[in-house]
Amino acid sequence: MGVSGPSEDRYRTATVEKQGVEKVRNRILAAAVCVSAAVAFSAAASAKTLVYCSEGSPEGFNPSLYTSGTTFDASSRHLFNKLVEFERGSTKIVPGLAESWHASRDGLLHTFRLRRGVKFHTTRNFTPSRDFNADDVLYSFQRQHDPNHPYHKVSGGTYEYYQGMSMPSLIKDIVKIDDYTVQFVLNQQEAPFIANLAMDFASILSAEYAEKMLAAGTPEKVDLEPVGTGPYQLVQYQKDAVIRYKAHPDYWAGKASIDNLIFAITPDASVRYQKLKAGECHVMPYPNPADIAAMQADPDINVLQQEGLNVGYLAFNVERKPFDDKRVRQALNMAINKQAIIDAVFQGAGKVAKNPIPPTIWSYNEATKDYPYDPQAAKALLAEAGAANLKTNIWAMPVQRPYNPNARRMAEIIQADWAKIGVEAEIVSFEWGEYLKRSKNGEHDSVLLGWTGDNGDPDNFLYVLLGCDAAKDGTNRARWCHEPFNDLLVKAKQTSDVGERTKLYEQAQLIFKEEAPWVTVAHSVVFMPVRKEVVDYRIDPFGGHAFYGVDLK
Amino acid sequence: MLRFVATRFGIVIPTFIGVTLVAFSLIRLVPGDPIELWVGERGIDPERHAELLRQFGFDRPLWQQYLGFLGDLLQGDLGKSIVTQQPVLSEFLTLFPATIELSLAAMIFAVAVGLPAGIIAGVRRGSAFDHTVMAVSLTGYSMPIFWWGLLLIILFSGTLGWTPVSGRISVLYFFEPVTGFMLIDSLLSGEPGAFKSAVRHLILPAIVLGTIPLAVIARQTRSAMLEVLGEDYIRTAHAKGLSPLRIIGLHALRNALIPVVTIIGLQTGLLLAGAILTETIFAWPGIGNWLVNSISRRDYPSVQGGVLLVASVVITVNLMVDLAYGLINPRIRRGAGS
Repeated sequence: MGVSGPSEDRYRTATVEKQGVEKVRNRILAAAVCVSAAVAFSAAASAKTLVYCSEGSPEGFNPSLYTSGTTFDASSRHLFNKLVEFERGSTKIVPGLAESWHASRDGLLHTFRLRRGVKFHTTRNFTPSRDFNADDVLYSFQRQHDPNHPYHKVSGGTYEYYQGMSMPSLIKDIVKIDDYTVQFVLNQQEAPFIANLAMDFASILSAEYAEKMLAAGTPEKVDLEPVGTGPYQLVQYQKDAVIRYKAHPDYWAGKASIDNLIFAITPDASVRYQKLKAGECHVMPYPNPADIAAMQADPDINVLQQEGLNVGYLAFNVERKPFDDKRVRQALNMAINKQAIIDAVFQGAGKVAKNPIPPTIWSYNEATKDYPYDPQAAKALLAEAGAANLKTNIWAMPVQRPYNPNARRMAEIIQADWAKIGVEAEIVSFEWGEYLKRSKNGEHDSVLLGWTGDNGDPDNFLYVLLGCDAAKDGTNRARWCHEPFNDLLVKAKQTSDVGERTKLYEQAQLIFKEEAPWVTVAHSVVFMPVRKEVVDYRIDPFGGHAFYGVDLK
Repeated sequence: MLRFVATRFGIVIPTFIGVTLVAFSLIRLVPGDPIELWVGERGIDPERHAELLRQFGFDRPLWQQYLGFLGDLLQGDLGKSIVTQQPVLSEFLTLFPATIELSLAAMIFAVAVGLPAGIIAGVRRGSAFDHTVMAVSLTGYSMPIFWWGLLLIILFSGTLGWTPVSGRISVLYFFEPVTGFMLIDSLLSGEPGAFKSAVRHLILPAIVLGTIPLAVIARQTRSAMLEVLGEDYIRTAHAKGLSPLRIIGLHALRNALIPVVTIIGLQTGLLLAGAILTETIFAWPGIGNWLVNSISRRDYPSVQGGVLLVASVVITVNLMVDLAYGLINPRIRRGAGS
């Protein structure tokens, strides 16, 4: 699929670069030494090209239809903007296509003042006749919200993030006040609402393009040949091979420093590493933990690292005996040597978790005291609760996740730790989809799982994973509904005062620790190997990969 | 001959129906709900789950789904991927040329190296060369493709820097695909250096994918040569004073090649299976890579459509091989007819 042809300039530059690459390769051959071909990238010419070895193919180019990070990297993080955005490399919310916003006193009306002079991409199929305005906001949300919208069913019409963040029940109406003012009317107060609007599904598409494609009888083109306001525009996508972008010349926040951005799709992590080493790409995601030491020793590679916005946990099913007794849960907490897990399972790329939210999220309670590793005390407490010689199970998921690189190994360590206090645990595993379904139905005694944050709001961890509503639908794998804890979360949803919310969440974390529905195991560390010539790449706390703001030496 | 052709086609039709059933049922036997996998930890409420199942048609009884699949198939419709919402057939056709190109290159490599190695090993039976060929081909045959691929990448691309690591062409070349075959497209593009880049990218994956067929061909050629070299007419040829080159090249090889051709034909299916792993390692955008992704996402329409199409290719190749035998060897033709 092609969207628009290359400009003369760009074409010439690419040729120069290629000749440069070949020249270097010949030198490598002659000298039989491994010199990076990337020298050619930078030595080439004025137009800068950055190659990113991405891990897979996007499902499509409309982020509201999909849920995978790979798709968001290829779409929302480069092609589109949201009304509000996360500041690069942080969870802080900053203006995007909305210059400012305010909420009514009751928190039910949110009014956004839109940015003027924002240009959409010009592509082979579409030349915008107007700047971005309120109609584009309405189109982007109504398409997901209104089942009768002419675009609702286009391209499968599955808006799982919009649904998953409870937007259909939260949003009552979206009103265009004038061309540059939009108002969202909510059914109830919801403090994380603004953070939700910074998520990928809330990307703003062009209403004018959508109308044109509908009239032409090809509405699905809106999702395949995207037109957005983002820093890059799509040039070409060759399935499973390559995605090409060029910098949007009229980008409202200033043209990107990298002129051409290329995603070279490379599914295998070891191969990505070899490509990075050989200078065939500048940045690679998801390195093998075993390769990190070698990468750090490589003079051509910088290994950036940051704590991930995630938590890996072991949830006790409190609906089952004896896990309804908090002493049992506390005892099992005390019996686990978490540091040993960090060393063996995360190979150092993790940090012991004491709270259910990661330390990078505001309201993280430093004062929480974790259960010490104390098998003797654990044994005594278990006996006191009448659960000595307990026979139970630990569910271990069959897949690698960002918050848990090897659940089986983790389960084995926990099993051995528990055996020391006389608890006999059997390790159970199912195929991933089955695992999620059964654990949601509460078929486990204890289950290993985790979570990666969506919007940087504590509510997105605490209420989603531990609230009473989540206990009903099973997302709360502990099936733990504790009124005093839940009341704090509900109260925190109903105020937008961050200071007050922080206090409520800090208190909630203390209750959580005391009640011990989970063993909070770890927060993983994300590693991002980039070549030395890459300037100012910042790790996205949400796990995304974005290149606006990045430069090449 | 007509009867022979009719018999062969008669076998193809039930095979094809069998394949549709296998393709349809195998992926459904794998546990895991596509929707649960799709939403992951986030979860989905049961009503929405049921709604999506209905939307994809997965709520109907299996036999109805199967008949629906067959019905659509008769109209040439393989359905749409539940992940990308694109027609399965168009995705397959976009990616298949890459697989054909890789498989052909692998086969050319396997034949070009395996055949002479097998002939020489057969002629010089018991020599050091013979032992080496046999040992190397046994190793090649038992080589796990994934490991072998990575090893070659680390050696030739990483350490020596002779070949590029992965992909079909340097990402810096930019032209629209015309035929889908990179060697042809790179020539058509007229960009200097593009063809060379495409060839350099093809070398390692072709070697990796061609290793097992190479081993099989070398061993088969050797044993066929040994058998033929012991025949009376070879001794007669020797007695007539013909040159050894003429005896081997003309008399022995021609007869020894018959079973070898069979083996080459049979390798088509194996090549496509090997392509799945090779493509994943070398980021080769072919159907192997695509099928692996579709399986892990439980994209039923893509898996059943993809498997069916691959099977059809294998069936067609085998049918052609069968027909060719009938044409070459009258004994096979008569055997089938009687």
